[in-house]
Amino acid sequence: MKQPAALNLNEVTIRLRGTGAALVENLELSISPGTVTTLMGPSGSGKSTLLAFCAGFLDRSAFAASGAVCIGEDRIDGLPAERRRLGLLFQDALLFPHLSVGSNLLFGLPRSAARSRFERRQIIEDALAQAGLAGYADRDPDTLSGGQRARVALLRTLLAEPRALLLDEPFSKLDAALRAEIRTFLFEHVRARSLPTLLVTHDAADAEAAGGALVTS
Amino acid sequence: MRLLALAVTTLALLASPSHAAETRSFEDIAAKARGQTVDWNAWAGDPQTNAFITWVGAEVERRYGVKVNHVKLTDTAEAVTRVVAERAAGRNEGGGVDLIWINGPNFLAMKSQGLLYGPVTQALPNFRFVDTERRPSSIVDFTVPVEGYAVPWRVAQIVYVYDSARTDPKTLPRSIPAMLEWAKANPGRLTHPNGRNFLGATFLKQALYELAPDPSMLQKPATDGAFGLATAQLWTWYNVLRPYLWREGRSFPETGPAQRQLLADGEIDFAVSFDPAEAAVSINSGLLPDTARVMTLEKGTIGNTSFVAIPYNAADREGAMVVANFLLEPATQARAQDPKQMGSFTVLDLDKLSPDERRLFDHPPEAKGLPTNAELGNSLPEPHPSWMTRITEEWERLMNR
Amino acid sequence: MWLRLAPALTLALLLGPIGLGFAWTVLPAFGHMPSIGAVGPTLDPWRTLFVTSGFIDTLRVTVTAGLTATCLSLVLAAGFCAIAAGSRTFSRLSRLVAPLLATPHSAIALGFAFLVLPSGWIVRAISPELTGWTRPPVGLVTIGDTAGLSLVGGLLLKEVPYLVLMIIGASAQVPVAATLAVSRALGHRGLSAWVKAVLPQIYPQIRLPLYAVLAFSLSVVDVAIILGPSQPPPLGVLATRWFSDYDLSRYPPAAAAAVLQLIVVIAAIGLWRVAEIPIAALGRSWAEGGSRGFASALLIRLAGIAALLAGGLGLAAILGMVVWSLALVWRFPDAWPSALGLATWQAQAGIVAPALANTIIIGAAATVLAILLVLACLENEVRRGRRPGGAALWLLFLPLLAPQIAFLFGVQVTLVRVGLDGTLFAVIWSHLVFVLPYVFLSLADPFRALDPRLPATAAALGADPIRVFVTIKLPLLLRPLLIAAAVGFAVSVGQYLATLFPGAGRISTLTTDAVTLASGADRRIIGVYAALQAALPLLAYVAALGAPAFLYRHRRALRP
Repeated sequence: MKQPAALNLNEVTIRLRGTGAALVENLELSISPGTVTTLMGPSGSGKSTLLAFCAGFLDRSAFAASGAVCIGEDRIDGLPAERRRLGLLFQDALLFPHLSVGSNLLFGLPRSAARSRFERRQIIEDALAQAGLAGYADRDPDTLSGGQRARVALLRTLLAEPRALLLDEPFSKLDAALRAEIRTFLFEHVRARSLPTLLVTHDAADAEAAGGALVTS
Repeated sequence: MRLLALAVTTLALLASPSHAAETRSFEDIAAKARGQTVDWNAWAGDPQTNAFITWVGAEVERRYGVKVNHVKLTDTAEAVTRVVAERAAGRNEGGGVDLIWINGPNFLAMKSQGLLYGPVTQALPNFRFVDTERRPSSIVDFTVPVEGYAVPWRVAQIVYVYDSARTDPKTLPRSIPAMLEWAKANPGRLTHPNGRNFLGATFLKQALYELAPDPSMLQKPATDGAFGLATAQLWTWYNVLRPYLWREGRSFPETGPAQRQLLADGEIDFAVSFDPAEAAVSINSGLLPDTARVMTLEKGTIGNTSFVAIPYNAADREGAMVVANFLLEPATQARAQDPKQMGSFTVLDLDKLSPDERRLFDHPPEAKGLPTNAELGNSLPEPHPSWMTRITEEWERLMNR
Repeated sequence: MWLRLAPALTLALLLGPIGLGFAWTVLPAFGHMPSIGAVGPTLDPWRTLFVTSGFIDTLRVTVTAGLTATCLSLVLAAGFCAIAAGSRTFSRLSRLVAPLLATPHSAIALGFAFLVLPSGWIVRAISPELTGWTRPPVGLVTIGDTAGLSLVGGLLLKEVPYLVLMIIGASAQVPVAATLAVSRALGHRGLSAWVKAVLPQIYPQIRLPLYAVLAFSLSVVDVAIILGPSQPPPLGVLATRWFSDYDLSRYPPAAAAAVLQLIVVIAAIGLWRVAEIPIAALGRSWAEGGSRGFASALLIRLAGIAALLAGGLGLAAILGMVVWSLALVWRFPDAWPSALGLATWQAQAGIVAPALANTIIIGAAATVLAILLVLACLENEVRRGRRPGGAALWLLFLPLLAPQIAFLFGVQVTLVRVGLDGTLFAVIWSHLVFVLPYVFLSLADPFRALDPRLPATAAALGADPIRVFVTIKLPLLLRPLLIAAAVGFAVSVGQYLATLFPGAGRISTLTTDAVTLASGADRRIIGVYAALQAALPLLAYVAALGAPAFLYRHRRALRP
């Protein structure tokens, strides 16, 4: 494993093409490994747009963006999305519906982690067992409960060995009890792996549980 | 428009490719033919004929290594168009049409515009069996000398198919005036194919034969004067007849087989046909009841011969000659005459065949609905093609009035 | 990157033949065709066309049959959809459109002809018991009538289901249930509320398909050969007839007729567009008039029932042809064949095989090419984040709006020049021109509707765009992909002129053979061709629905 590094945003500005209105202006953020920075604000304030910019999915026909995204010393905003190695979680688990739970996990597992079929299978079986989902590898993702799906989605993201996490309201569709459980589950992993994490939410309780810096837009 | 047509025809004549008679031996031709695929453009409205062409293809492939691709036409003119279009595009070699089932105006058009390859008949060994004496239509097509540019393969004679269970043979109208009286007594039960269709024009041509003041004038090209004189009676007859025709003569079956379907459905009582075995073949295939028969006219009916011809630019002309020669083989002709196959009377002179070969043709016309030679009666010569063209034009004018 | 070239390549493949073909139709129409010694410009071809006997009738029947068929199709389809919006039975019945849509026009037309002939199935079913007829009635003209009514009838059987499908498709983008609920709460009857409140929202979305129906009805050739008047025939048939004439001098007037056909279509579409404005105004004043729609509900119900009747006749037409293919002997007035068997199928097996093989090869090749091009265009669109504008959509629809006769002859002339006429390549390309728009239309929406977060997630997990496309997008789109393929295949199977001209008649398919046979072959054999014509696309649909259902039987989210 590489040395954990911080996620840094320097002078990030995102404007709407056409009107030229700024959604984000000269944003400076530095997120240390193992900490969660929360970005709060009402919907439509450009939070998700910022995540899309960081992850490499910004719709360039609708937005104009400038500024730098770095992990440690690596500047990544010029890289294609698949080479940025940022874990991305949305409010929906977004498990690939045509693949089994196991295949979903294998999809993100890099070849560098394990080459042989057997080894790769072993890794995901272990990961599922640790998440309390032992024996779920061959299940249809659609038959899972909401909480189970959220955990599989997180496992899938982590198995891809990201260097930072971007979370787009990942708890908003869960009911209150489940929300606490998944939050704990997630933040434990963030700390255990020393991942710098940017959380976007409009729920103050999420920000509180995250325990890190709070930025409001 | 006339001028344009004239200009085009003149141009066509000027541009006529030079012709050379086929001088190679048949062995050389057959050797060159091996491996060729012959695009045989043939009217495809008759399933028996289609099946026969398929059989021919299988046989020539087996025996000569020549494949046949039946290009199915609704109208032979389509094939002529294709050759014309090819020449218009300057394709004087490697043309896509190798063999055409043809006669009448289409043959005249191609021959006069120099669109045919040949003469070829002298190169075909089986041509010597063809009956050229008693059946002059095998060398003179619609008064146009064939001169070896087309190979006869089946003969035709006008008959009228009817159902003897529905129409008493004693009451049959066996002359053109009698047909009018019959139609008056049975309105809506007589028709003929569309006048643009060769069989439809043939129906009118047959009527013209009996109604023209002097049938011999039909052997010469139809000038304005001659046409007016010869057809005056015909149109009088037809105008009286028309309201008694099927659908009051306002529409017509497009083709012969469409007309036969009307007979089968019981919509009409007579169907004109160029195939003396039409009733027998249709009984055999279940299309018409066992009681179907054919009738001819007391004074005789028009007969002609169908040919195959090779376009001047045919890519696979050797294969086409092999097919043409195969069509004239006694065994092939005998099969063609079998009502279970195609029921098409032979173009060969049986006297020129060996006794064994002759016996192939014996097999029994005890088949239901097949006329005897005596019942078939006189075969009258086809008028000059210009008559048919003009009859068609005049008929269309009449319809659009 | 090659993907960027996809839209340009697609449009070139589509518009190239149309443009070139049209040029080689317009030039001869003004007397310019050097290869036959005609050097223009001259108006002679037009003079010849205008003085052709029966020309006025030709024009009249073309226009009246085309407009009537389109108007009636729209009214019937709208009536059906209005009822279906509030009736589960009707909305279930709308599933029966699949076999009707899949079956080529010519097959339905052949079956329809047999249904309504004086000696047809309907008369047979009620004779002699109800009618006393032991022979078909004399003087009853049901097919090929000079007014073109049977042509209109035959067109309805295909166009009503097509428009029903288009309206149902467009309904998905309109809050139908909510609109109806609000209208009913305001005291309107459901049926007239659908026409007043839902139809105006749907209409802009079905405008292009509707224009395609109008263009088709005005210029159809194969159906008109089978059902239309023959003397004088509709314009498209007249042009086709002249193009096939051996007399060279018929080419220029044929080309003029083809150009006139295009003018008629453009004028009719323009007229329709203009007429939409006062009709919309009338509709608004009706909606604002506050009538609660008692009489209108009755009319809508009648239209819906007529649509059901059209659907029933369409299915009966297909069935009639299947029964004929199995009939050994079927004489008037028997309602059912007196002997059934497989003899016709056995006898025809060898004869029909080459046409069947051609149909499958051409259809499969054109469909695969169309799918590849459409996927490339759509993927390019997603990657570049740019959607084609309205103009591009019109261009895409051009092959469906321009009458085939107006450019296919020119295409043939071009093909002969480059020595490609009568090749499978030429036929596949010409089919592609008509297959591609349908494939695009049926694939574009599902492709664009794919949740963009799924490919984004896959990319974040390290998958490059090709892997995302192959392992995520294609599997998720398997069902719409296969349905688009089935639609494309069905379109290809039905092509008549698009096979006849580029194939130079040397390449025959089920459809060209069926239309050839329609001129009068044994009805049992026509039955075999029509049954195969109907069966091939239907099998493609069954496979398109069945394969994903089987492959994803353990994937609940992907079940329909």
